[in-house]
Amino acid sequence: MPHPETWLRVTPAGLWCEPGGFFIDPLRAVDRAVITHAHSDHARPGHRAVLASAETIALLRTRLGAGAFGTTMALGWGERLRLDEVTLWLEPAGHVLGAAQVALQWRGSRVVVSGDYKRVADPTARGFVPVACDVFVTEATFALPVFRHPPPAQEIARLLDSVALFPGRSHVVGCYALGKCQRLIALLRAAGWDRPIWLHGAHVALCETYAALGVPLGDLRPATQAAASDLAGAIVLAPPSAIADRWARRLADPVVCAASGWMRVRGRARQGGVELPLVISDHADWDELNATLDEVGAPEVWVTHGREEALIHAAGKRGITGRALRLLGYGDEDAAAA
Amino acid sequence: MIAFAALLERLAFTPGRHAKIALLRRYFATAADPDRGIGLAALTGELRFTAARPGLIRDLLAARTDPELFALSYDYVGDLAETAALMWPAAPGAAAPPGLAAVVAALIATPKAELPAMLAGWLDASDASVRLALLKLITGGLRVGVSARLAKLALAERAEGRVSADAIEEVWHGLAPPYTALFAWVEGRGARPDPAGAPVFRPPMLAHPIAPADLAALDPAAFRAEWKWDGIRVQLVATAGARRLYSRGAEDISVGFPEIVAAMDFVGVLDGELLVVRDGVVAPFADLQLRLNRRTAGARLLRDHPAFVRLYDILFDGSEDLRALSFDARRARLEAWSARLRPARMDLSPMIGFATLAELAALRDGARAAAIEGLMLKRGDAPYLPGRPRGLWWKWKRDPLTIDAVLMYAQRGHGKRSSFYSDYTFGLWRGAELVPVGKACSGFTDQELVFLDRWVRNHTVARFGPVREVDKALVLEVAFDAAQPSARHKSGVALRFPRIARLRPDKPADAADRLETLMASITPRG
Ligand SMILES: [Zn+2]
Ligand SMILES: [Zn+2]
Repeated sequence: MPHPETWLRVTPAGLWCEPGGFFIDPLRAVDRAVITHAHSDHARPGHRAVLASAETIALLRTRLGAGAFGTTMALGWGERLRLDEVTLWLEPAGHVLGAAQVALQWRGSRVVVSGDYKRVADPTARGFVPVACDVFVTEATFALPVFRHPPPAQEIARLLDSVALFPGRSHVVGCYALGKCQRLIALLRAAGWDRPIWLHGAHVALCETYAALGVPLGDLRPATQAAASDLAGAIVLAPPSAIADRWARRLADPVVCAASGWMRVRGRARQGGVELPLVISDHADWDELNATLDEVGAPEVWVTHGREEALIHAAGKRGITGRALRLLGYGDEDAAAA
Repeated sequence: MIAFAALLERLAFTPGRHAKIALLRRYFATAADPDRGIGLAALTGELRFTAARPGLIRDLLAARTDPELFALSYDYVGDLAETAALMWPAAPGAAAPPGLAAVVAALIATPKAELPAMLAGWLDASDASVRLALLKLITGGLRVGVSARLAKLALAERAEGRVSADAIEEVWHGLAPPYTALFAWVEGRGARPDPAGAPVFRPPMLAHPIAPADLAALDPAAFRAEWKWDGIRVQLVATAGARRLYSRGAEDISVGFPEIVAAMDFVGVLDGELLVVRDGVVAPFADLQLRLNRRTAGARLLRDHPAFVRLYDILFDGSEDLRALSFDARRARLEAWSARLRPARMDLSPMIGFATLAELAALRDGARAAAIEGLMLKRGDAPYLPGRPRGLWWKWKRDPLTIDAVLMYAQRGHGKRSSFYSDYTFGLWRGAELVPVGKACSGFTDQELVFLDRWVRNHTVARFGPVREVDKALVLEVAFDAAQPSARHKSGVALRFPRIARLRPDKPADAADRLETLMASITPRG
């Protein structure tokens, strides 16, 4: 059985599968790309052929337009596909809508490239499915024991509690446009918030795509069209870059909130001028990362991006060999919005 | 404990005063006795105990975590208590900590040797928010920006008009945690707690800055004038059994000024200005600042920076409340009191005679001593009223000094200003180099703020976290009350109350003032 090192390699363009003739989440334009999910650091424009889940392809069309790639091909969940000598299939990663792990098999050796993932239930994304493998390729965005995400419903309850305490102020929540925004909406709906939710312009199109793909989000309205009176006591979602900047001046004495795993650390929350930090992340926390390594049972783990040092140390103590791939270019999205 | 931890967490991120009051009001309305009273004491600094040193936290954590993972985590978070709160491994099945009051009682009563095990048990059963609250509580570092005054305002809101913040002030220093009688009074369930003989603070009477129209309408015969001294306002309270020196904000600063407390050999309540005075000459404010920065004063500081009180009002003589008397009557009582007692380290703020407004204006303009900020004008027939009643006391500061300085750095403001670059660091030339001399975040109009914000964004040359360094190209006219020598500033000078007087986009940066010019304007003291 060939060691995965011999057939899956890090090149300047990204992770290259030689016997299959394709890249996974390449960092620059290539001929054949398999894409785990639609975030900008994993899905860059310009590839000639793209393979991904149907949801990811739909989201990419919204994000980048129809002409971003030569051809696209959607692969159903668990459906086997042969690319040259490699058998490939997609399993849900639980990260955002359409996010997949890519399972690869060549001559009896199996690698799973998990992209970005989380383990906690999310009404807007298919739950992570662990796949046994020889090498598990993982992210490490929150790979420090200080990162333990509390239950998301508890964080939503804190937001709604603040809305009740400050009924005259609008609550503007900084959140990434793809995934986090829609998950927050779904969590708010599940908590009983049935009033309109107001959106920054950058969030509108992706919410429409989610709804078209069968994720109900309720009454959403563009914040730019709101009367000042509409926004008192309202919840407004906007990109993290907009919440404390000029865009937010239209809001009624806003309580600036942000939803991200980084909000767990006070210094990070303070840097952004956040008044109500909400610890809600689409990435696995420390416990989830370690539990996942144990579950997939791979003797070897490759870390694409994040804080690999701590994860490799912790895995090593359990007899798992760790290797840092240091794929520069991933994590741009994560830094602001994870 | 959960409610208190949630309150602390929220307060730590809330910049706005109104929002802080709302959070406190709700905590007082929803938490039960005696927990809320202990919470009030913890927030206002009335709960003084240190049950543990940071070393204890480190030891507990070392026994439970991998040293490498701890090092990486601490390095990332930067704060020991926070690192411990975040990475502490939860142990299901451990008994949750009791309510705040019981936690504090247990921390005080538990022998030092048993403390680590008790604390570890609580941490095992808590979430990160409660763990952080526990750790900050035992190491004495809540630091959530709640002053005692703010807490009293929240209590007054809770009282819904039954009791004012000033009324709470007058009993506050006679009370002790957990303040059960205070809550009962505020909630209309009990009588006013009687501070009987306790050295309580009385809310001070404050002055308005005088506007030109007020000045024009002023009847010189009805007003008395005094110098406005550049120290801090204090209240001296002495009862038969206790002496206190309070700041204007009701903070007890007695411990820092033992020589004043020793000189308070009387029963009564006096109002005055705390200064550092050497050989009858008032020292720069920075000298007093040095005393204020220390909780206690060492022998050397006491010798080199002797404190002094310049008295200007008497509120109680013995147990007799004089506040309903007119200013003139109180002044007569104050002079008689002073002649009778001759207290050490105190004198009376002299009255300044004048007949016309023109005469007064000439006095004000003639006062160049840096220890004098201007004039105080007080109506002769006004009683001593708490707060800032209109038309009775005026402060008439002398015209500010100004410099033309160059904008160097800008930082975003807080709360409503959080989307604007509204804190400005400005500098003056020393040779070919610009030296920062101060920071200002007020004085400009809303339109000027919009202009400055845009200018900063369009002229950024570097960023350091929340701070932007800008092109050295915009001249600001900065007004200030006094320039004083300072060894702590790189420029060697500290400005009192700097604010932006005008924007001078018309003026080239190299035409801004030089540091030497400012140094030369430092006025002799006296
Ligand atoms: Zn992602
Ligand atoms: Zn990523």
